[in-house]
Amino acid sequence: MEGESRLQRFFHHVRRDWQIYLMLLPTIVWFIVFLYKPMYGLQIAFKDYSIFRGVANSPWIGFEHFEHLFSDDQFIRAFWNTIKISALNLIFGFPAPIILALMFNEILHATYKKTAQTIVYLPHFISSVIIAGIVITAFSPSVGIVNTVLGWFGIDSIYFLTKPEWFRPIFVGTGIWQEAGFGSIVFLAAIAGVNPSLYESAVVDGANRWQMMWKITIPSILPTILIMLIIRIGNVMEVSFELIILLYQPATYSTADVVNTFVYRQGLQSGQYDFAAAAGLFNAVVAFVLVMITNTLSRRYTRTSLW
Amino acid sequence: MMNWNLYSRGDKFFAIVVSVLVGMFTAATLYPFIYIAAISFSSGFAAQAGKVVFTPIDSTIEAYKYIVFQREFWISYRNTFIYTIGGTMMSLLFIIPGAYALSRPQLFGRRFLNLFIAFTMWFNAGLIPFYMNMRDLNLLDSMFGIILAFAVNAFNIILLRNFFEAIPQSFEEAARMDGANDFQVLWKVFIPLSKPAIATITLFCIVSRWNGFFWAMVLLQSEEKIPLQVFLRHTLAKLSDDDEFAITQLEAAYSAETVTAAIIVCSVIPVLLVYPWIQKYFEKGILLGGVKE
Repeated sequence: MEGESRLQRFFHHVRRDWQIYLMLLPTIVWFIVFLYKPMYGLQIAFKDYSIFRGVANSPWIGFEHFEHLFSDDQFIRAFWNTIKISALNLIFGFPAPIILALMFNEILHATYKKTAQTIVYLPHFISSVIIAGIVITAFSPSVGIVNTVLGWFGIDSIYFLTKPEWFRPIFVGTGIWQEAGFGSIVFLAAIAGVNPSLYESAVVDGANRWQMMWKITIPSILPTILIMLIIRIGNVMEVSFELIILLYQPATYSTADVVNTFVYRQGLQSGQYDFAAAAGLFNAVVAFVLVMITNTLSRRYTRTSLW
Repeated sequence: MMNWNLYSRGDKFFAIVVSVLVGMFTAATLYPFIYIAAISFSSGFAAQAGKVVFTPIDSTIEAYKYIVFQREFWISYRNTFIYTIGGTMMSLLFIIPGAYALSRPQLFGRRFLNLFIAFTMWFNAGLIPFYMNMRDLNLLDSMFGIILAFAVNAFNIILLRNFFEAIPQSFEEAARMDGANDFQVLWKVFIPLSKPAIATITLFCIVSRWNGFFWAMVLLQSEEKIPLQVFLRHTLAKLSDDDEFAITQLEAAYSAETVTAAIIVCSVIPVLLVYPWIQKYFEKGILLGGVKE
């Protein structure tokens, strides 16, 4: 009975405000077709999928793919590589934009500051293929500027991109080069929001700029830092695999292969859809749980939730 | 408060050190672009010998000559424009009305619908189911498929919805008094008032379309349909295939490296041209979608 009245209420609403429902319809249909329908297709992670039988008619096999996954050395390695690369990104990549924003805040010369900002924001807008092209060229054994400079010091040329030990430093460094500038915008906005009277009274107390940075600016932007940190931790499973696909090669898989590149190779290149979908599902579930946990923490400690 | 004349000697020293450090980081950001540009105008020999540091060595435009005679280069360049313009228009067509509807308080099931949209930010099916879905929809190797399948994302809708929600009711009421319906309210009141937010979303769309590469690589097979980024990727793949270019570089004044560099320059120039215009908006725009209390 109650359901019926709800339905009636719904139709009453649609009749009255039909225009807004019409405006919403394409978006809702798009989300169903392009984002929710694939979630239905995720069931192949628990099936012995064959392209001829289709998603619905392939037989269920339970957790068999996951059992294979967790005994697959390559997958385990990809999982830990994901964590390690993310950890490096966090340790080196996270403080970079904060430090940059704090430094921008100390620059008095307006034109100098504006020019520097314009330049450091730029790499954010460059595609990963171009970034990869630059990296491959710069680190190439014959052409590359890096080896040219090493040559000046009498160091033999190194084929960096074939060396597993060099992959992560290059990848993380490239990430900092590309994103530190753009990432500083959020922190600069937070710094702009600090109450000026705090600085004024500090000046009266005879504080210098260095002390003001530590005693006023940093504590004031701490909530923003915390929120950005929480977002970063929530996104630990999301490393920019596009760039990895462009930069890695079999010689560097041992340090470069992450879950998403593993999924790409197993699924899209080798056609093991069901097995790769299982790996992708595992990744998505871990990512989802992380986001939920970090958001709850954020709500509790900073009274700001991300939604 | 920040006045050079009031600075103590220590403060001045600190400011100078910081300025130098920022200058170094800025130079380091800029350098790879200069380096690539220098390589693109150098001869293949000079590049191969690792002589290029700041300026072109044995200046030549051979690499550019090589690419302008490649049919795929022009086709992919044209395609990138089609994807960027078509894709951005498609995005706005979905996002603006969708965000308007979601911002309406009278929308039935509004909480559920907003969650329905936002959920996709936290959980998505992943590469394989998405690919299979595109295959089932018959959108493999389809330009329209690329334009449609990446038209909407939850973040942009939520960003614009938040902006719409912040518009004071009085604007809308005035229009309603004049008998405006929802389409008219959106067109005549909300869109004009939301120009900065719409500009920001437009820019996000343009940038992501211009740079889009992964799915274009996976979904498109025909040479006729690939965008510039995928063409560049093909060239890069040749680059790591040393032997193939070993022959040409002995005979020609260009090499795989100088050609790659030239394509990079051609791909970055349009970004540089619109960049000043972009910059006006993104600093504000990035904060629009920011954290909501």
